Amino acid sequence: MVEVLIVMLIGILLGYIIREKERIIKKVEPLLNYSIYLLLFLIGISIGLREELISSLDTIGLQALLLTVGAIIGSCIASYFCYIWFFRKNER
Amino acid sequence: MKGSLIIVGFFVAGLLLGYSGATPAFLENKDLSTYALYILLFLVGISVGADKSALNVIRNVKLELLVLPFFILIGTYVGVSIVSLFLSDISIGESLAVGSGMGYYSVSSIIINEVKGERLGALALLSNIMREIITLLFSPLLVILFGKLAPLASGGATSMDSTLSMTKQCSGKEYVVVAIFSGTVLTILVPFLVGFILEIF
Repeated sequence: MVEVLIVMLIGILLGYIIREKERIIKKVEPLLNYSIYLLLFLIGISIGLREELISSLDTIGLQALLLTVGAIIGSCIASYFCYIWFFRKNER
Repeated sequence: MKGSLIIVGFFVAGLLLGYSGATPAFLENKDLSTYALYILLFLVGISVGADKSALNVIRNVKLELLVLPFFILIGTYVGVSIVSLFLSDISIGESLAVGSGMGYYSVSSIIINEVKGERLGALALLSNIMREIITLLFSPLLVILFGKLAPLASGGATSMDSTLSMTKQCSGKEYVVVAIFSGTVLTILVPFLVGFILEIF
C-alpha cells in the first residue's frame, strides 16, 4: 500500500507550504468529514451486498471485541511501566 | 461523540442500502472508493502538515512525552498478537493491522477494507469503535487497575479529542496535555502504521 503513504506525504508537504493560508485550511476540515462520510457509506454498501458477511457479523463482532480488549489491556500495562519509569519521578 | 454517531449513521445507512439490493450500479464500482480513499488521505495529510500546534508540541517535547506513544503502541501490538493466537481465522499480521487503528476507526478501516477486503475492514471498524466506547465507559476502572496513564493509553489516537474528557476526569487536569500529545502523535502515525503493517505481512 505504498500509494497510501505517497498520497499522504504529498498532502503533508502541501499542507506545510500553505499553512499560513487560513482561508484554504478552514475548508479542509469539512471536506475531510464529507469524504469520511462518503467512504463509510460505501464500505457499508460493500458489506451489505455480501450476505455471508452480514450473517457472520456476530462472529466478526466477537473477534473485534476480543482484539479490542487485548489492545486496551496491553496498552494499559505498557503505560503503567511508562508511568513508573518516566512519569512518577516528576510528581515527587 | 456526535461526530462518531454521524459516521456510524452513514455506515449503517450504506449497510442497509447494500443489503436491500436497491444499490445503484455506480455505487458498487470499486474504483469509486479507491479514489475517495486517496482524496481522504490527501486531505488528512494537508490538515497534519498545516497544523501549527503539532509543530509546537514537537518543539517543546520532553523525553517522557516522546516515549509514551511508543509504549502505548507496543502494548497494543503485544495485546492483539496474544489474542490472535486464540483466534483460528485471524493471523498475527491481520490482528496487528486492526490494532494499528488505535481507535482511529474511520481512516484505519477504510485502508484495511481497500487492501484486505470487506471482512477484515468490518472487523477493523468494529474493533476501533469499541476501543473508543470501552475507553469512555471503563476509564474510571482502568485508572485504578493500571495507573494515571491508563485512560489515555486505552483511548489511543482518540485521547486527543473524543476521549479527552475521560483523561481529565480520571487522571487529573495535569494529564490533559499529555493526552493531547499522545493522541496527536498516534493519530498522525495511524495511516502510516496501517499501510506499513499491510505491506510487510
